[in-house]
Parts: sequence; C-alpha cells; structure tokens
Amino acid sequence: MGRLLEVRNLKTRFYTQGREIHAVDDVSLHVDEGETLAVVGESGCGKSVTALSIMGLIPWPPGKILGGEVIFQGRDLLALAPQEMRQVRGREIGMVFQEPMTSLNPVLTIERQLTETLEAHQAMAPAAARERALEVMGQVGIPDAPTRLLQYPHQYSGGMRQRVMIAMALICGPKLILADEPTTALDVTIQAQILALMKDLSRRLGVAMILITHNLGVVARYADRVNVMYAGRVIERGSARALYATPRHPYTLGLLRSVPRLDRSRKQRLDPIEGQPPDLGALPQGCRFRARCPYAEKTCAETDPPLVPAGEGQWSACWKWEHLSTKSA
Amino acid sequence: MSDIAADREQGRTWVAGASAASVRFFHTKPLGAAGLVLVLVYIFVAVLAPAIAPYDPIDIRYDAMLVAPSWHNWMGTDSFGRDVFSRIIYGSRTAMLVGFTASFIGATLGLLIGVWSAYAGGRTDMLVQRVLDVFMSFPLIVLALAIVSVFGTGVGNVILAITIPMIPRCARVVRSSALALREVPYIDAARALGFTHSRIILRHMLPNVVAPYLILLTAFMGQAILLEASLSFLGLGVQEPTAAWGLMLQGGAEQYAESAPWLPIFPGIAITGSVFAFNLFGDSLRDVLDPKLRT
Repeated sequence: MGRLLEVRNLKTRFYTQGREIHAVDDVSLHVDEGETLAVVGESGCGKSVTALSIMGLIPWPPGKILGGEVIFQGRDLLALAPQEMRQVRGREIGMVFQEPMTSLNPVLTIERQLTETLEAHQAMAPAAARERALEVMGQVGIPDAPTRLLQYPHQYSGGMRQRVMIAMALICGPKLILADEPTTALDVTIQAQILALMKDLSRRLGVAMILITHNLGVVARYADRVNVMYAGRVIERGSARALYATPRHPYTLGLLRSVPRLDRSRKQRLDPIEGQPPDLGALPQGCRFRARCPYAEKTCAETDPPLVPAGEGQWSACWKWEHLSTKSA
Repeated sequence: MSDIAADREQGRTWVAGASAASVRFFHTKPLGAAGLVLVLVYIFVAVLAPAIAPYDPIDIRYDAMLVAPSWHNWMGTDSFGRDVFSRIIYGSRTAMLVGFTASFIGATLGLLIGVWSAYAGGRTDMLVQRVLDVFMSFPLIVLALAIVSVFGTGVGNVILAITIPMIPRCARVVRSSALALREVPYIDAARALGFTHSRIILRHMLPNVVAPYLILLTAFMGQAILLEASLSFLGLGVQEPTAAWGLMLQGGAEQYAESAPWLPIFPGIAITGSVFAFNLFGDSLRDVLDPKLRT
C-alpha cells in the first residue's frame, strides 16, 4: 500500500493574550492508502489542531503553522497557494465534524448542501449532481432519499445528520477523510452504527480515514493503527492490536487502565491518571508527562524523550518503555 | 408522509408553505396584517394611478383655484386649480418609487457590506466599521441634505440621498448577526469543503441573516417615504410640477393652512398613513421573525 499522507514535524502555535501556546509540537504521522488511523488523546492535546493544520484551516490570528510538512500524494499542502488548497479540501480530503447538529446549514436543503460541493469542485450539471447525491445518500444508508433530499437539517435526527455529513465528505470521491470526533455528540447505539458505516465505506471505497477520538473503545474496534497524543506530541504509535496488548508508554497504560471493563468486578474502582496535563503555554523541561507519571525518575526531568522504536512495529516516547509492567492493562 | 411527498413531486411545497405562513401571520398579527393590506393598497394606487385619478395632476385651471372639497373635486383644488385628489394619487407613485428603490438598494448594499465585513474580520472589518461610523455620525436628514446639495435635486438624486444614509445602518445590524455566524460549525464545514470566500458569504451566510435584513427593509421604507417628503418640503427633493406629497404640503402649509386647510391636511394624511402602514407591518414582521434569530 502506498503512502497517502505524511505529516512531518508539524508545529502549530496559537498566540493569545501575549502567550504562545504550543498546540501541536513537532508531530509526525502518516496514513497509507485505505487505512484507518486513530489519533487518540484527551481534550486539548492537539488532535483537532493537527487535523485543522492538515486542512489548512488554522485561522490567523490567533493560530499559525510554524513549521513542518504535510505531504499528500507527493505534494506539500502547506506550500500550496490558497486556490490550490481549496481544490484539495472537499475534493481530495473530506472532513466530518464533531457536531452534526450545527454542522449543516439550517436554511439550505440537504440536496443543496450535497450538490453544492459537486458544483463548486467539478462544475457538475444539476441533474447529474442530483443523481450523485442520491447515490451517496444510498451509500450512507439514508432511506427514502428522493424525499429526504428536499428536507432541511431540522427534519433530520442527529444520527441521520451525521450520515449526511459523511455523504458530503464522500461526494467528490476523496482519497482521505478526516473525522474529528465524529460520534462524540451521538447516542451510544448510533455511535456504533456511524462508526461501522464509516469503516464499511472506507473499506468498500478504498478511502483512508483519520479518526480523531478520545474513546479507546472506538479505537480498538475500528482503527488499524493508533497514534496517542499528549500535550501536543505523539507519545506512542503502533498497530491497534499491539498497543492494547503491550502499551509502551505510561500514559497509554494509564488510559487503558482507566477504561471501565465488563470483565472486572463491579466493586473495583476505576484507575484514573492523577493530575492535569501541562499548560501548553508554559511547558516544563524534560518529559511532558513526568508530573503524572508513576515511573518518572531523574532522566525524565532533564531531557525530553524522543519517539523511538519500542518493540515490534511500536514507537514510544518514554525513556523507560522496556520497564513498563503491562500485566494489568 | 406520502401527501408531503406527493406535494413535493409537484413542486407545491414552497407555495403551500408560503400561503400557510401568511394565513398564520393574519391570525396571530391582525395589526401587522392591516399594515400589510394598507401597504398593498398604496402600491395598488401607485401602479394604477392613471386609472384612478379623475383629473390630470398637472392640469392647471385658473377658473377653479382653491376650491373647497366638493363632489367634483373630492379633496378640493390647490392655488393653481389642480385637483388635490389626483395629485395625491400620482404623488403615491413618487413616494413608492423613492421609498422602495432607496430602501431596497440601501438595505441590500448594507447587507452585503455587513456580511462581508463580519466574514473578513480583523483589519478589514475594523476599517469598514470606522468608515460606516463616519456616515452614521450624521443624522439621516443632514446627510441626505448634504448629498442633495452636492448632486442637485431630481428624483434620481433624491433616491441616492436617501439610499446612502441607510447603508451603514443596515450594515451595522447585519454585521452583528453575521459575526455570530462566523464561528458556527457549518461555516467551518463550508470552508472544509473548499468553497471560495464569495460562495461562503453569498450562499451560506447571507440566507442566515435574511431575517434582520427584511425587518430593516420594511422599517427603511417608512423612513424613506418620510425622508423624501421632508426633502421635497424643504425644496431639495422632487421639483414642481411633479406630484409629490412633501411638495403639496409645502405649498399648502405655508400660505393656506387657515384659508384652505384641505391643502395641507390630505397630503399629511397620505404621508402619515403610508409610514404608519409600513411601520405596523415591519413591527409585526419583527415579532414573527425574531424568535428564529434567537435559536
């Protein structure tokens, strides 16, 4: 499988109230064709900013991409002119947002919102665009499409709206879909449906997907590979299977331990990760996870651990990855 | 469901929806509906003026000067023997022409500037707003007077003079609505779909600020009619012998307020009635459209 997207040393900062926020700090990741990559992390760790940076949608002010490369099909997206980037957005890379309730324009019909992308990017005639819209509506599992096309977003339920968002992302036949917490705002049962649908479409249409989430259950089931982010950095990378079996970073380990599990006694308390993530405007020296890490020692306070190979197909940004006990995970 | 679907197939939804909405408007807002009816009467009169007016409005008859209202001249005649009723009928043409054109152009330009300014943000927004501040710092009538004195009188210039002060007033209101829109996820989504700025502004933001725009538009119509009458009254608007309510008021009020009270009274009623009608309609429209703004 060929390399579809490669992000190298991406640095995105925000400047607010005289402070410099290191939202994304030296992040590298890659996606192969047709693959599903999960980016996991807690709120404010830079997952969404990474996605917006890839799309070139960081608003200035206050945000700015200071360095790095985003190579998509051989082209550096960060070096593209605004008009060229516009052609990439929506056409080659689709995006699905977190809030299906507010991500559709309330005053336009679903048909209009679906066909507009085709009209803007491919200058498609209305009749052909309508045909294509009906086809995609069928693909994302919206029944009675001819009637539903003429309706407005308020006539759709949350799950149906998210299906429309997926249809909008797919309609121009993109190579990659960025899904930023696509199921966070939905009911649990609908979440499963939407994710299964996305996975199925990704497989059938050969579209690669970056799934941004904080839900480890989602990752285990739907992702091929995982990047775990913490405080603007990728701190662990590996196949989903390996990551669950042998986490190589204390943060990943902590995350896995804090997930409620059916196979444990109900009386047992959850194991949270103590403390708060560091202030991205005033990062400490050394490892960023140090303050919350039960394995921290002197080296961790002095030098920031780089992301290094840690076992088969896994990468970890921890000095002590070899010493982690993984039994209880 | 099948009924709705059938309606849709035949393309009836829009019409059906619109007529249902107007029925609801008449039920919930009888005053606004009365205003709307009155507005329609004015428009009707203006369009059909030649058919309704019994006499030529500029036909001077020295044998029938200052005749009191009678069977032949319902509203009497003026100092040139012209029929006041006919002049009021024809005057509605001037009022509606100036009122509609000025408020429509003014509000629409304001709408475009407001949304664009909000979307652009940053320095552009700042600059546009300061320029609008300059225009806003003049009272409506003073700015209109200044424009007429620069460009001269005549219907075209009167429209210009009334349009320009309306632009910043609409732009300001629309901008505040559009500012909130800029942060809304579906505008971000539109950006993520690779749409151009003009497409996002015109196709995605504009339809969402139509409610404040419509409210301002109706409010502006009343104001524009009043402003046109004021300018004509001051001799800076429409010129004789064209029939215009402000002009008739000027001729009537100055010399004949006591001896021939029908001269100022009837144009006064015409102006008051039209402004009243537009405001009544506009107020109700605001009540109807406002709840949607808040959601």
